[in-house]
Amino acid sequence: MSVLEVKNIKKSFGKTEVLKGLSFSLEKGEVLSIIGSSGSGKTTLLRCLNFLEFADEGTISVDGKIIFDSASHKNLSETEIRDNRLHFGLVFQSFNLFPQYNVLQNITLAPTLLKRGSEEKIKKLALSLIERVGLSDKVENYPCELSGGQQQRVAIARALALNPDILCFDEPTSALDPELTGEVLKVIKDLKSGDSTMIVVTHEMEFARNISDKVIFMADGVIEEIGTPDEVFLNPKSPKTKSFLKKDIELVD
Amino acid sequence: MSFQQVTISLLGGFAENCRLFFETLLFSIPLGLLICFGSMSKFKPLSYLVKTFVWIIRGTPLMLQLFVVFYVPGLVFGIPMRNRMLAALVAFVINYACYFSEIFRGGIQSIQKGQYEAGQVLGLTKIQIFFKIVLLQVIKRIVPPMSNEIITLVKDTSLARVIAVGEILMCAERFAGKGLIWPLFYTGVFFLLFSGLLTLLFGFIEKKLSYFKS
Repeated sequence: MSVLEVKNIKKSFGKTEVLKGLSFSLEKGEVLSIIGSSGSGKTTLLRCLNFLEFADEGTISVDGKIIFDSASHKNLSETEIRDNRLHFGLVFQSFNLFPQYNVLQNITLAPTLLKRGSEEKIKKLALSLIERVGLSDKVENYPCELSGGQQQRVAIARALALNPDILCFDEPTSALDPELTGEVLKVIKDLKSGDSTMIVVTHEMEFARNISDKVIFMADGVIEEIGTPDEVFLNPKSPKTKSFLKKDIELVD
Repeated sequence: MSFQQVTISLLGGFAENCRLFFETLLFSIPLGLLICFGSMSKFKPLSYLVKTFVWIIRGTPLMLQLFVVFYVPGLVFGIPMRNRMLAALVAFVINYACYFSEIFRGGIQSIQKGQYEAGQVLGLTKIQIFFKIVLLQVIKRIVPPMSNEIITLVKDTSLARVIAVGEILMCAERFAGKGLIWPLFYTGVFFLLFSGLLTLLFGFIEKKLSYFKS
């Protein structure tokens, strides 16, 4: 059974239709990359999955259980929405670490407030996550003392601390200097071998191709093309995908 | 009149200034928060009403507001205001709450949306997000403007003189009436010492909060 099943998601802002009915599914342990030009709706899709926006139409199911249904979500209480949201984790483009907390506290804050175990257990988990993203020497540092790449790695550890079923990345390297993107991409790659289910919105084509089990190319609010990396990158069927990938290659050349 | 006698007499007056200062702070900060939430309310009529009120209070002299609070109850409703200190306190609290509310609003609205969203995706409640994530960042941002406003308040307390609250300037004027001018200038020392202390205090708070950047 698919871990994630998205059906016919639609979302408009005012009169602008941003998502025009998207459906896809994701198996456990799979990595899905979403590519496409700016304004194609990639970020909005992620925000709908994380309930930062609510889709106007459609359903979202995790492990066969419907966690969002546009027809009935208004009946849900704040608490139910919060619980459902925790199936997903989100790593933001601009990190959004909490500046007044150090690295360890950034990671332990939510598990502590959500009462996910004893203080000791939470701290142990946090320290192991910090080690996993390679920042064991920065445990007590504050975000303002870290580079962008390090901040983003902390943000990844923070999201992992709640053990989400699906971890989403919203252009995780777009706000970074080019020389810092590598360390973040490496952490994400390592997560893949750890069996995490992930959705990555990215402009890093090479990365998307290497890491993904499945690639979605979005254009104008619809899934223009979906398939394995080889299918989408080497043998794109849609003319829009072709022209998008061509532009990307031209940019590199 | 010896220096010591004048000092003691002026200290008595300055105690009134201090009382007005602390009581104004005590009431105007919570009232300011309330006004701040009112002006940020999504319910438009309330937000417009509160904004108009803030405009009136910030747009007219505090001295005039003191006269209004002191005389209007007697003139209009036939219930003369007998307690001068209370009248001064009411005028000061309303006036300063309005200024504070704008500082609070600026502080709260300057926090990036991403901070709230990060809290949301981590499953926190709105209250947890406000108290555990946003509040300290707001406090850090509003310390400089608040210290400015609070130091102004120290000196503004002497305005209560216009409705004959027995504060320090009024004491000094009494000496002047008897031909002793220097106590009037001497009052400045009291204000300087007090505002000096506050400057040190706010400097300390700013330094305490300088461990993070927001």
